[in-house]
Amino acid sequence: MLARWFHRRGWSDLVIGLPYVWLLIFFLIPFLIVAAMSFATRTPTAPPFGFGGENPAINLTGYSRLFTDALYLRAFVTSLANAAVAMVLCLALGYPMALGLTRVERGWRNILLMLVILPFWTSFLLRVYAWMGLMGSNSWFNHLLTQAWNWLVPQAWALRSLPLMHSNFAVVLVMVYTYLPFMILPLYANLERLDETLDEAAMDLGSRPFAVFRDITLPQSLPGIIAGGMLVFIPAAGELVIPTLVGDASSPMIGRVISDEFASARDWPMASSVAVALLILMVGPMMIYSHFEARAQSRESGT
Amino acid sequence: MRRNSAFLIAVLGFGFAFFYVPILSMIVYSFNASRLATVWGGFSTKWYGALMSNGQVAEALKLSLEIALISSTCATIMGTMAGITLARFTKFRGRTLFSGLVTAPLIMPDVITGISLLIFFILMAQYVGWPAQRGFTTVTLAHITFSMVYVTTIVQSRMLSADRAIEEAAMDLGARPWQVMRDVTLPVISPAILSGWLLAFTISMDDVVITTFTTGPGTTTLPILIWSKVKLGVTPDINALATLIVLTVGICVIGAGVAMNRAEIRRERDRRMAYRANE
Repeated sequence: MLARWFHRRGWSDLVIGLPYVWLLIFFLIPFLIVAAMSFATRTPTAPPFGFGGENPAINLTGYSRLFTDALYLRAFVTSLANAAVAMVLCLALGYPMALGLTRVERGWRNILLMLVILPFWTSFLLRVYAWMGLMGSNSWFNHLLTQAWNWLVPQAWALRSLPLMHSNFAVVLVMVYTYLPFMILPLYANLERLDETLDEAAMDLGSRPFAVFRDITLPQSLPGIIAGGMLVFIPAAGELVIPTLVGDASSPMIGRVISDEFASARDWPMASSVAVALLILMVGPMMIYSHFEARAQSRESGT
Repeated sequence: MRRNSAFLIAVLGFGFAFFYVPILSMIVYSFNASRLATVWGGFSTKWYGALMSNGQVAEALKLSLEIALISSTCATIMGTMAGITLARFTKFRGRTLFSGLVTAPLIMPDVITGISLLIFFILMAQYVGWPAQRGFTTVTLAHITFSMVYVTTIVQSRMLSADRAIEEAAMDLGARPWQVMRDVTLPVISPAILSGWLLAFTISMDDVVITTFTTGPGTTTLPILIWSKVKLGVTPDINALATLIVLTVGICVIGAGVAMNRAEIRRERDRRMAYRANE
Protein backbone atom coordinates (compact mmCIF):
# COMPACT_ATOMS: atom_id res chain seq x y z
CA MET A 1 0.00 0.00 0.00
CA LEU A 2 2.86 2.32 0.92
CA ALA A 3 4.36 1.50 -2.44
CA ARG A 4 1.32 2.88 -4.28
CA TRP A 5 1.32 6.07 -2.21
CA PHE A 6 4.98 6.57 -2.92
CA HIS A 7 4.52 5.89 -6.56
CA ARG A 8 1.99 8.62 -7.01
CA ARG A 9 4.43 11.09 -5.51
CA GLY A 10 7.21 9.91 -7.83
CA TRP A 11 9.47 9.29 -4.84
CA SER A 12 9.89 5.65 -5.56
CA ASP A 13 11.75 6.47 -8.77
CA LEU A 14 14.49 8.21 -6.81
CA VAL A 15 14.57 5.71 -3.94
CA ILE A 16 14.81 2.76 -6.31
CA GLY A 17 16.73 4.47 -9.08
CA LEU A 18 19.73 5.97 -7.30
CA PRO A 19 21.13 2.78 -5.72
CA TYR A 20 20.09 0.80 -8.80
CA VAL A 21 21.97 3.01 -11.24
CA TRP A 22 24.96 3.22 -8.89
CA LEU A 23 25.30 -0.55 -8.68
CA LEU A 24 24.81 -0.91 -12.43
CA ILE A 25 27.63 1.56 -13.13
CA PHE A 26 30.12 0.61 -10.43
CA PHE A 27 29.43 -3.08 -10.01
CA LEU A 28 27.71 -4.69 -12.99
CA ILE A 29 29.43 -2.82 -15.84
CA PRO A 30 32.98 -3.30 -14.43
CA PHE A 31 32.22 -6.98 -14.00
CA LEU A 32 30.83 -7.29 -17.54
CA ILE A 33 34.02 -5.61 -18.81
CA VAL A 34 36.08 -8.29 -17.04
CA ALA A 35 33.87 -11.02 -18.49
CA ALA A 36 34.36 -9.58 -21.98
CA MET A 37 38.07 -9.04 -21.33
CA SER A 38 38.51 -12.76 -20.73
CA PHE A 39 37.86 -13.28 -24.47
CA ALA A 40 40.17 -10.48 -25.62
CA THR A 41 43.70 -10.76 -27.01
CA ARG A 42 46.75 -9.47 -25.20
CA THR A 43 48.53 -6.76 -27.17
CA PRO A 44 51.57 -4.55 -26.50
CA THR A 45 49.38 -1.43 -26.69
CA ALA A 46 48.00 0.71 -23.87
CA PRO A 47 45.54 -0.46 -22.56
CA PRO A 48 47.09 -3.89 -23.22
CA PHE A 49 44.25 -5.70 -24.96
CA GLY A 50 42.54 -5.85 -28.32
CA PHE A 51 39.20 -6.90 -29.73
CA GLY A 52 38.53 -7.65 -33.38
CA GLY A 53 40.55 -6.00 -36.16
CA GLU A 54 43.68 -8.09 -36.68
CA ASN A 55 42.87 -9.95 -33.44
CA PRO A 56 40.29 -12.75 -33.25
CA ALA A 57 36.88 -11.52 -32.12
CA ILE A 58 36.70 -14.26 -29.50
CA ASN A 59 40.02 -15.45 -28.18
CA LEU A 60 39.86 -18.57 -26.02
CA THR A 61 43.60 -18.73 -25.27
CA GLY A 62 43.05 -17.67 -21.66
CA TYR A 63 40.57 -20.43 -20.97
CA SER A 64 42.59 -23.12 -22.72
CA ARG A 65 45.69 -22.13 -20.75
CA LEU A 66 43.71 -22.73 -17.55
CA PHE A 67 43.71 -26.42 -18.41
CA THR A 68 47.09 -26.76 -20.08
CA ASP A 69 49.32 -24.67 -17.82
CA ALA A 70 49.94 -26.53 -14.55
CA LEU A 71 50.34 -23.21 -12.67
CA TYR A 72 46.61 -22.46 -12.85
CA LEU A 73 45.38 -25.94 -12.07
CA ARG A 74 47.72 -26.12 -9.08
CA ALA A 75 46.60 -22.71 -7.87
CA PHE A 76 42.94 -23.73 -8.05
CA VAL A 77 43.63 -26.98 -6.20
CA THR A 78 45.68 -25.19 -3.53
CA SER A 79 42.98 -22.55 -3.02
CA LEU A 80 40.09 -25.00 -2.77
CA ALA A 81 42.08 -27.36 -0.51
CA ASN A 82 43.23 -24.58 1.85
CA ALA A 83 39.71 -23.14 2.02
CA ALA A 84 38.17 -26.57 2.64
CA VAL A 85 40.64 -27.48 5.39
CA ALA A 86 40.14 -24.07 7.02
CA MET A 87 36.35 -24.58 6.86
CA VAL A 88 36.54 -28.01 8.50
CA LEU A 89 38.88 -26.78 11.25
CA CYS A 90 36.66 -23.73 11.87
CA LEU A 91 33.72 -26.11 12.25
CA ALA A 92 35.66 -28.42 14.58
CA LEU A 93 36.61 -25.51 16.85
CA GLY A 94 33.61 -23.26 16.27
CA TYR A 95 30.85 -25.82 16.86
CA PRO A 96 31.80 -26.70 20.46
CA MET A 97 32.45 -23.01 21.14
CA ALA A 98 28.99 -22.03 19.85
CA LEU A 99 27.41 -24.87 21.80
CA GLY A 100 29.35 -23.85 24.91
CA LEU A 101 28.12 -20.26 24.50
CA THR A 102 24.48 -21.41 24.57
CA ARG A 103 25.13 -23.17 27.90
CA VAL A 104 26.71 -20.20 29.66
CA GLU A 105 24.45 -18.09 31.89
CA ARG A 106 23.01 -14.88 30.36
CA GLY A 107 25.29 -12.28 31.91
CA TRP A 108 28.49 -14.06 30.95
CA ARG A 109 27.12 -14.99 27.55
CA ASN A 110 26.81 -11.37 26.41
CA ILE A 111 30.39 -10.68 27.46
CA LEU A 112 31.72 -13.78 25.68
CA LEU A 113 29.69 -13.00 22.54
CA MET A 114 31.19 -9.53 22.51
CA LEU A 115 34.65 -11.13 22.77
CA VAL A 116 33.80 -13.24 19.69
CA ILE A 117 32.66 -10.19 17.72
CA LEU A 118 35.46 -7.87 18.89
CA PRO A 119 38.20 -9.28 16.60
CA PHE A 120 35.78 -8.84 13.67
CA TRP A 121 35.77 -5.07 14.23
CA THR A 122 39.53 -4.76 14.57
CA SER A 123 41.62 -4.63 11.44
CA PHE A 124 41.78 -7.83 9.40
CA LEU A 125 45.28 -6.95 8.23
CA LEU A 126 46.51 -6.53 11.80
CA ARG A 127 45.10 -9.89 12.86
CA VAL A 128 47.10 -11.54 10.07
CA TYR A 129 50.11 -9.48 11.13
CA ALA A 130 49.80 -10.65 14.76
CA TRP A 131 50.38 -14.22 13.58
CA MET A 132 53.43 -13.19 11.55
CA GLY A 133 54.96 -12.14 14.86
CA LEU A 134 54.07 -15.47 16.49
CA MET A 135 55.21 -17.76 13.68
CA GLY A 136 58.61 -16.21 12.95
CA SER A 137 61.58 -18.47 13.71
CA ASN A 138 62.77 -16.34 16.67
CA SER A 139 59.43 -15.88 18.42
CA TRP A 140 58.52 -17.32 21.83
CA PHE A 141 55.63 -19.21 20.26
CA ASN A 142 57.86 -20.90 17.71
CA HIS A 143 60.39 -21.78 20.48
CA LEU A 144 57.60 -23.32 22.52
CA LEU A 145 56.34 -25.40 19.61
CA THR A 146 59.88 -26.39 18.62
CA GLN A 147 60.58 -27.66 22.13
CA ALA A 148 57.37 -29.67 22.09
CA TRP A 149 58.30 -31.07 18.67
CA ASN A 150 61.84 -32.02 19.71
CA TRP A 151 60.48 -33.72 22.82
CA LEU A 152 57.94 -35.73 20.84
CA VAL A 153 59.96 -36.91 17.82
CA PRO A 154 63.18 -39.00 17.62
CA GLN A 155 66.47 -37.13 17.97
CA ALA A 156 67.26 -37.32 14.27
CA TRP A 157 64.23 -35.11 13.46
CA ALA A 158 65.09 -32.44 16.01
CA LEU A 159 64.92 -28.87 14.64
CA ARG A 160 66.28 -25.49 15.73
CA SER A 161 63.01 -23.86 14.82
CA LEU A 162 59.87 -24.98 13.02
CA PRO A 163 59.43 -23.62 9.47
CA LEU A 164 55.91 -22.32 10.18
CA MET A 165 55.94 -19.20 8.00
CA HIS A 166 55.47 -19.27 4.22
CA SER A 167 53.62 -22.57 4.13
CA ASN A 168 50.09 -23.77 3.47
CA PHE A 169 49.97 -24.65 7.16
CA ALA A 170 50.43 -20.96 8.00
CA VAL A 171 47.75 -19.96 5.48
CA VAL A 172 45.20 -22.38 6.93
CA LEU A 173 46.04 -21.45 10.53
CA VAL A 174 45.58 -17.72 9.87
CA MET A 175 42.40 -18.37 7.86
CA VAL A 176 40.95 -20.31 10.80
CA TYR A 177 41.96 -17.46 13.09
CA THR A 178 40.44 -14.67 10.99
CA TYR A 179 37.27 -16.49 9.82
CA LEU A 180 36.34 -18.32 13.06
CA PRO A 181 33.79 -15.62 14.12
CA PHE A 182 31.94 -16.18 10.81
CA MET A 183 31.50 -19.82 11.83
CA ILE A 184 30.62 -19.24 15.48
CA LEU A 185 27.99 -16.51 15.02
CA PRO A 186 25.56 -18.29 12.62
CA LEU A 187 26.00 -21.54 14.56
CA TYR A 188 25.28 -19.78 17.83
CA ALA A 189 22.20 -18.07 16.36
CA ASN A 190 20.98 -21.48 15.19
CA LEU A 191 21.79 -23.45 18.36
CA GLU A 192 20.33 -20.80 20.63
CA ARG A 193 16.88 -21.22 19.06
CA LEU A 194 16.74 -25.00 19.46
CA ASP A 195 14.06 -26.37 21.72
CA GLU A 196 15.72 -27.68 24.88
CA THR A 197 12.73 -29.82 25.82
CA LEU A 198 13.63 -32.16 22.94
CA ASP A 199 17.02 -32.80 24.55
CA GLU A 200 15.37 -33.35 27.89
CA ALA A 201 12.81 -35.75 26.43
CA ALA A 202 15.60 -37.79 24.81
CA MET A 203 17.52 -37.83 28.09
CA ASP A 204 14.42 -38.92 29.99
CA LEU A 205 13.94 -41.74 27.49
CA GLY A 206 17.43 -42.94 28.37
CA SER A 207 19.68 -41.52 25.64
CA ARG A 208 23.27 -40.88 26.59
CA PRO A 209 24.52 -37.29 26.23
CA PHE A 210 26.51 -38.06 23.08
CA ALA A 211 23.55 -39.84 21.48
CA VAL A 212 21.36 -36.81 22.29
CA PHE A 213 23.89 -34.59 20.58
CA ARG A 214 24.18 -36.86 17.54
CA ASP A 215 20.45 -37.55 17.07
CA ILE A 216 18.82 -34.31 18.28
CA THR A 217 21.18 -31.31 18.31
CA LEU A 218 23.38 -32.04 15.29
CA PRO A 219 20.60 -32.63 12.68
CA GLN A 220 18.77 -29.50 13.81
CA SER A 221 21.90 -27.37 13.54
CA LEU A 222 22.59 -28.32 9.90
CA PRO A 223 21.43 -24.91 8.52
CA GLY A 224 23.85 -23.18 10.91
CA ILE A 225 26.68 -25.49 9.87
CA ILE A 226 26.07 -24.79 6.19
CA ALA A 227 25.73 -21.03 6.66
CA GLY A 228 28.92 -20.88 8.74
CA GLY A 229 30.78 -23.23 6.40
CA MET A 230 30.00 -21.18 3.29
CA LEU A 231 30.79 -17.89 5.08
CA VAL A 232 34.27 -19.32 5.74
CA PHE A 233 34.81 -21.19 2.45
CA ILE A 234 33.75 -18.50 -0.04
CA PRO A 235 36.01 -15.65 1.15
CA ALA A 236 38.85 -18.06 2.04
CA ALA A 237 39.02 -19.48 -1.49
CA GLY A 238 39.51 -16.02 -3.02
CA GLU A 239 41.78 -14.75 -0.25
CA LEU A 240 44.68 -12.48 -1.27
CA VAL A 241 46.05 -10.88 1.90
CA ILE A 242 46.75 -14.07 3.90
CA PRO A 243 48.63 -16.02 1.20
CA THR A 244 50.64 -12.92 0.27
CA LEU A 245 51.81 -12.38 3.85
CA VAL A 246 52.24 -15.88 5.27
CA GLY A 247 51.84 -18.17 2.24
CA ASP A 248 54.29 -20.18 0.19
CA ALA A 249 55.19 -18.12 -2.88
CA SER A 250 56.02 -21.26 -4.87
CA SER A 251 52.44 -22.60 -4.60
CA PRO A 252 50.31 -19.45 -4.86
CA MET A 253 46.58 -19.33 -4.28
CA ILE A 254 44.23 -18.18 -7.01
CA GLY A 255 43.79 -14.62 -5.67
CA ARG A 256 47.55 -14.15 -5.87
CA VAL A 257 47.62 -15.53 -9.43
CA ILE A 258 44.93 -13.09 -10.58
CA SER A 259 46.70 -10.14 -9.02
CA ASP A 260 50.17 -11.14 -10.38
CA GLU A 261 48.79 -11.87 -13.84
CA PHE A 262 47.26 -8.41 -13.88
CA ALA A 263 49.93 -6.28 -12.20
CA SER A 264 53.26 -8.02 -12.93
CA ALA A 265 52.57 -9.81 -16.20
CA ARG A 266 50.17 -7.09 -17.46
CA ASP A 267 48.11 -9.83 -19.04
CA TRP A 268 44.61 -8.47 -18.56
CA PRO A 269 42.81 -11.13 -20.65
CA MET A 270 44.49 -13.97 -18.72
CA ALA A 271 43.78 -12.35 -15.33
CA SER A 272 40.15 -11.97 -16.42
CA SER A 273 39.88 -15.62 -17.52
CA VAL A 274 41.21 -16.79 -14.13
CA ALA A 275 38.78 -14.44 -12.35
CA VAL A 276 35.79 -15.73 -14.34
CA ALA A 277 36.87 -19.34 -13.67
CA LEU A 278 37.11 -18.63 -9.93
CA LEU A 279 33.60 -17.16 -9.97
CA ILE A 280 32.23 -20.19 -11.83
CA LEU A 281 33.80 -22.45 -9.18
CA MET A 282 32.19 -20.32 -6.47
CA VAL A 283 28.69 -20.49 -7.97
CA GLY A 284 28.02 -23.92 -6.41
CA PRO A 285 28.87 -22.92 -2.81
CA MET A 286 27.04 -19.59 -3.27
CA MET A 287 23.86 -21.30 -4.44
CA ILE A 288 23.96 -23.74 -1.51
CA TYR A 289 24.38 -20.79 0.83
CA SER A 290 21.60 -18.63 -0.63
CA HIS A 291 19.25 -21.64 -0.78
CA PHE A 292 19.65 -22.28 2.95
CA GLU A 293 19.58 -18.56 3.78
CA ALA A 294 16.31 -18.10 1.87
CA ARG A 295 14.80 -21.08 3.67
CA ALA A 296 15.93 -19.77 7.06
CA GLN A 297 14.47 -16.34 6.25
CA SER A 298 11.13 -17.67 5.07
CA ARG A 299 10.91 -19.79 8.24
CA GLU A 300 11.66 -16.74 10.36
CA SER A 301 9.09 -14.50 8.74
CA GLY A 302 6.56 -17.36 8.78
CA THR A 303 6.52 -17.58 12.58
CA MET B 1 25.95 -25.07 32.82
CA ARG B 2 24.72 -28.59 32.32
CA ARG B 3 26.12 -31.83 30.97
CA ASN B 4 29.29 -31.97 28.83
CA SER B 5 30.24 -28.74 30.52
CA ALA B 6 33.88 -29.64 31.28
CA PHE B 7 34.62 -30.34 27.61
CA LEU B 8 32.73 -27.29 26.37
CA ILE B 9 34.41 -24.99 28.91
CA ALA B 10 37.80 -26.36 27.88
CA VAL B 11 37.08 -25.67 24.18
CA LEU B 12 35.76 -22.18 24.99
CA GLY B 13 38.91 -21.49 27.01
CA PHE B 14 41.12 -22.73 24.18
CA GLY B 15 39.11 -20.76 21.60
CA PHE B 16 39.38 -17.49 23.47
CA ALA B 17 43.09 -18.06 24.11
CA PHE B 18 43.44 -18.66 20.36
CA PHE B 19 41.57 -15.38 19.68
CA TYR B 20 43.50 -13.21 22.09
CA VAL B 21 47.04 -14.62 22.63
CA PRO B 22 48.33 -13.34 19.24
CA ILE B 23 46.92 -9.87 19.87
CA LEU B 24 48.25 -9.74 23.46
CA SER B 25 51.65 -10.93 22.28
CA MET B 26 51.70 -8.16 19.67
CA ILE B 27 50.81 -5.60 22.35
CA VAL B 28 53.55 -6.84 24.68
CA TYR B 29 56.17 -6.76 21.90
CA SER B 30 55.25 -3.19 21.00
CA PHE B 31 57.01 -2.23 24.26
CA ASN B 32 60.14 -4.11 23.22
CA ALA B 33 63.36 -2.09 23.32
CA SER B 34 65.07 -4.35 20.80
CA ARG B 35 65.09 -3.52 17.11
CA LEU B 36 64.49 -7.22 16.41
CA ALA B 37 60.74 -7.41 16.59
CA THR B 38 60.48 -10.93 18.03
CA VAL B 39 63.43 -11.02 20.50
CA TRP B 40 62.76 -9.40 23.86
CA GLY B 41 65.31 -6.72 24.78
CA GLY B 42 63.77 -4.88 27.74
CA PHE B 43 60.85 -2.47 28.19
CA SER B 44 60.66 0.71 26.18
CA THR B 45 58.07 3.09 24.78
CA LYS B 46 60.40 4.46 22.11
CA TRP B 47 58.42 2.98 19.20
CA TYR B 48 55.40 5.00 20.27
CA GLY B 49 57.58 8.09 20.31
CA ALA B 50 58.86 7.26 16.83
CA LEU B 51 55.28 6.75 15.68
CA MET B 52 54.14 10.14 17.00
CA SER B 53 56.90 11.94 15.12
CA ASN B 54 56.14 10.02 11.90
CA GLY B 55 54.19 12.40 9.68
CA GLN B 56 53.41 9.67 7.15
CA VAL B 57 51.21 7.78 9.61
CA ALA B 58 49.25 10.88 10.63
CA GLU B 59 48.76 11.79 6.97
CA ALA B 60 47.54 8.29 6.09
CA LEU B 61 45.18 8.20 9.08
CA LYS B 62 43.68 11.56 8.08
CA LEU B 63 43.14 10.35 4.51
CA SER B 64 41.56 7.09 5.70
CA LEU B 65 39.20 8.97 8.02
CA GLU B 66 38.15 11.34 5.22
CA ILE B 67 37.47 8.52 2.79
CA ALA B 68 35.66 6.47 5.45
CA LEU B 69 33.46 9.42 6.51
CA ILE B 70 32.44 10.34 2.96
CA SER B 71 32.01 6.79 1.68
CA SER B 72 30.13 5.46 4.72
CA THR B 73 27.73 8.41 4.65
CA CYS B 74 26.97 8.03 0.93
CA ALA B 75 26.80 4.26 1.34
CA THR B 76 24.33 4.64 4.21
CA ILE B 77 22.03 6.93 2.22
CA MET B 78 21.97 4.70 -0.86
CA GLY B 79 22.09 1.47 1.11
CA THR B 80 19.07 2.56 3.15
CA MET B 81 17.19 3.47 -0.04
CA ALA B 82 17.96 0.04 -1.47
CA GLY B 83 16.95 -1.67 1.79
CA ILE B 84 13.62 0.16 1.89
CA THR B 85 13.07 -0.65 -1.78
CA LEU B 86 13.67 -4.37 -1.34
CA ALA B 87 11.57 -4.60 1.81
CA ARG B 88 8.57 -2.51 0.66
CA PHE B 89 8.35 -2.45 -3.11
CA THR B 90 7.56 -6.03 -3.91
CA LYS B 91 6.87 -5.49 -7.60
CA PHE B 92 8.76 -3.28 -9.98
CA ARG B 93 10.50 -3.96 -13.25
CA GLY B 94 14.01 -5.30 -12.72
CA ARG B 95 13.54 -6.28 -9.09
CA THR B 96 15.27 -9.65 -9.57
CA LEU B 97 18.32 -8.00 -11.13
CA PHE B 98 18.31 -5.41 -8.33
CA SER B 99 18.27 -7.96 -5.53
CA GLY B 100 21.05 -9.84 -7.33
CA LEU B 101 23.10 -6.63 -7.59
CA VAL B 102 22.69 -6.10 -3.86
CA THR B 103 23.81 -9.60 -2.84
CA ALA B 104 26.57 -10.21 -5.40
CA PRO B 105 29.11 -7.72 -3.98
CA LEU B 106 28.81 -9.45 -0.58
CA ILE B 107 30.15 -12.73 -1.94
CA MET B 108 32.36 -11.48 -4.77
CA PRO B 109 36.04 -12.12 -3.94
CA ASP B 110 37.81 -8.81 -3.23
CA VAL B 111 40.45 -9.46 -5.90
CA ILE B 112 37.80 -9.65 -8.62
CA THR B 113 35.94 -6.55 -7.40
CA GLY B 114 39.27 -4.73 -7.23
CA ILE B 115 40.45 -5.74 -10.70
CA SER B 116 37.13 -5.03 -12.39
CA LEU B 117 36.97 -1.56 -10.83
CA LEU B 118 40.58 -0.88 -11.82
CA ILE B 119 39.97 -1.87 -15.44
CA PHE B 120 36.76 0.18 -15.39
CA PHE B 121 38.54 3.28 -14.07
CA ILE B 122 41.43 2.91 -16.53
CA LEU B 123 39.01 2.67 -19.47
CA MET B 124 36.94 5.57 -18.07
CA ALA B 125 40.05 7.74 -17.89
CA GLN B 126 40.97 6.76 -21.43
CA TYR B 127 37.60 7.13 -23.16
CA VAL B 128 35.51 9.45 -20.93
CA GLY B 129 38.23 11.44 -19.22
CA TRP B 130 36.71 11.17 -15.74
CA PRO B 131 38.02 10.33 -13.17
CA ALA B 132 41.19 11.57 -14.87
CA GLN B 133 43.54 9.75 -12.51
CA ARG B 134 43.24 7.18 -9.78
CA GLY B 135 43.34 8.43 -6.21
CA PHE B 136 40.96 9.89 -3.65
CA THR B 137 37.93 9.91 -5.98
CA THR B 138 38.30 6.38 -7.31
CA VAL B 139 38.97 4.90 -3.85
CA THR B 140 35.92 6.68 -2.44
CA LEU B 141 33.71 5.50 -5.32
CA ALA B 142 34.93 1.92 -4.77
CA HIS B 143 34.34 2.09 -1.01
CA ILE B 144 30.81 3.44 -1.46
CA THR B 145 30.04 0.55 -3.82
CA PHE B 146 31.19 -2.33 -1.64
CA SER B 147 29.97 -0.93 1.68
CA MET B 148 26.44 0.13 0.62
CA VAL B 149 25.29 -3.46 0.20
CA TYR B 150 26.11 -4.18 3.87
CA VAL B 151 23.88 -1.27 4.90
CA THR B 152 21.16 -2.60 2.60
CA THR B 153 21.28 -6.05 4.20
CA ILE B 154 20.98 -4.63 7.72
CA VAL B 155 18.21 -2.14 6.87
CA GLN B 156 16.26 -4.68 4.82
CA SER B 157 16.19 -7.27 7.59
CA ARG B 158 15.14 -4.61 10.14
CA MET B 159 12.32 -3.46 7.80
CA LEU B 160 11.12 -7.02 7.30
CA SER B 161 10.94 -7.69 11.04
CA ALA B 162 9.33 -4.30 11.82
CA ASP B 163 5.59 -4.13 12.41
CA ARG B 164 3.85 -2.88 9.25
CA ALA B 165 0.69 -2.12 11.24
CA ILE B 166 2.16 1.09 12.67
CA GLU B 167 2.78 2.48 9.18
CA GLU B 168 -0.69 1.48 8.05
CA ALA B 169 -2.24 3.03 11.17
CA ALA B 170 -0.42 6.29 10.47
CA MET B 171 -1.72 6.30 6.88
CA ASP B 172 -5.26 5.53 8.04
CA LEU B 173 -5.01 8.48 10.39
CA GLY B 174 -4.28 10.67 7.38
CA ALA B 175 -0.51 11.02 7.41
CA ARG B 176 1.01 11.76 4.03
CA PRO B 177 3.58 9.24 2.73
CA TRP B 178 6.57 11.47 3.44
CA GLN B 179 5.21 12.02 6.97
CA VAL B 180 4.90 8.26 7.47
CA MET B 181 8.46 7.90 6.25
CA ARG B 182 9.79 10.69 8.48
CA ASP B 183 7.77 10.06 11.65
CA VAL B 184 7.25 6.29 11.62
CA THR B 185 9.48 4.28 9.29
CA LEU B 186 12.78 6.13 9.69
CA PRO B 187 12.64 6.24 13.53
CA VAL B 188 11.83 2.52 13.58
CA ILE B 189 14.78 1.60 11.37
CA SER B 190 17.18 4.23 12.76
CA PRO B 191 19.16 1.74 14.91
CA ALA B 192 19.70 -0.36 11.77
CA ILE B 193 20.79 2.74 9.82
CA LEU B 194 23.25 3.61 12.58
CA SER B 195 24.75 0.13 12.75
CA GLY B 196 24.90 0.09 8.94
CA TRP B 197 26.83 3.35 8.98
CA LEU B 198 29.23 2.01 11.63
CA LEU B 199 29.81 -1.16 9.64
CA ALA B 200 30.37 0.80 6.41
CA PHE B 201 32.80 3.10 8.23
CA THR B 202 34.72 0.16 9.70
CA ILE B 203 35.08 -1.79 6.48
CA SER B 204 36.16 1.34 4.66
CA MET B 205 38.82 2.02 7.33
CA ASP B 206 39.91 -1.62 7.06
CA ASP B 207 39.96 -2.35 3.33
CA VAL B 208 43.26 -3.32 1.74
CA VAL B 209 42.63 -5.34 -1.41
CA ILE B 210 40.11 -3.18 -3.28
CA THR B 211 41.97 -0.03 -2.23
CA THR B 212 45.33 -1.30 -3.57
CA PHE B 213 43.72 -1.80 -6.97
CA THR B 214 41.81 1.48 -7.13
CA THR B 215 44.33 3.85 -5.55
CA GLY B 216 46.94 5.86 -7.37
CA PRO B 217 50.29 7.44 -6.55
CA GLY B 218 50.15 9.77 -3.55
CA THR B 219 46.91 8.37 -2.15
CA THR B 220 48.06 6.16 0.72
CA THR B 221 45.39 5.15 3.22
CA LEU B 222 46.38 3.77 6.61
CA PRO B 223 45.79 0.10 5.67
CA ILE B 224 47.79 0.60 2.45
CA LEU B 225 50.67 2.12 4.44
CA ILE B 226 50.59 -0.80 6.90
CA TRP B 227 50.28 -3.30 4.04
CA SER B 228 53.36 -1.93 2.26
CA LYS B 229 55.39 -2.20 5.50
CA VAL B 230 54.02 -5.53 6.69
CA LYS B 231 54.93 -7.20 3.37
CA LEU B 232 58.57 -6.64 4.35
CA GLY B 233 58.19 -8.36 7.74
CA VAL B 234 57.47 -7.74 11.42
CA THR B 235 58.79 -4.46 12.81
CA PRO B 236 58.41 -2.94 16.30
CA ASP B 237 56.92 0.34 15.07
CA ILE B 238 54.11 -1.53 13.29
CA ASN B 239 53.54 -3.41 16.57
CA ALA B 240 53.08 -0.05 18.27
CA LEU B 241 50.76 1.27 15.56
CA ALA B 242 48.76 -1.98 15.61
CA THR B 243 48.45 -1.77 19.40
CA LEU B 244 47.07 1.78 19.20
CA ILE B 245 44.55 0.76 16.52
CA VAL B 246 43.44 -2.42 18.28
CA LEU B 247 43.06 -0.65 21.65
CA THR B 248 41.12 2.28 20.14
CA VAL B 249 38.71 0.00 18.30
CA GLY B 250 38.47 -2.37 21.28
CA ILE B 251 37.57 0.42 23.72
CA CYS B 252 34.93 1.81 21.32
CA VAL B 253 33.33 -1.59 20.70
CA ILE B 254 33.35 -2.58 24.39
CA GLY B 255 31.96 0.83 25.34
CA ALA B 256 29.15 0.49 22.79
CA GLY B 257 28.49 -3.07 23.95
CA VAL B 258 28.26 -2.07 27.61
CA ALA B 259 25.96 0.85 26.75
CA MET B 260 23.68 -1.43 24.72
CA ASN B 261 23.67 -4.03 27.50
CA ARG B 262 22.69 -1.36 30.05
CA ALA B 263 19.92 -0.08 27.79
CA GLU B 264 18.59 -3.62 27.42
CA ILE B 265 18.62 -4.17 31.18
CA ARG B 266 16.84 -0.85 31.69
CA ARG B 267 14.17 -1.73 29.12
CA GLU B 268 13.70 -5.12 30.74
CA ARG B 269 13.23 -3.47 34.16
CA ASP B 270 10.78 -0.91 32.78
CA ARG B 271 8.79 -3.67 31.14
CA ARG B 272 8.63 -5.63 34.37
CA MET B 273 7.54 -2.54 36.31
CA ALA B 274 4.86 -1.84 33.72
CA TYR B 275 3.51 -5.37 34.08
CA ARG B 276 3.49 -5.08 37.84
CA ALA B 277 1.65 -1.76 37.67
CA ASN B 278 -1.03 -3.37 35.53
CA GLU B 279 -1.62 -6.30 37.85
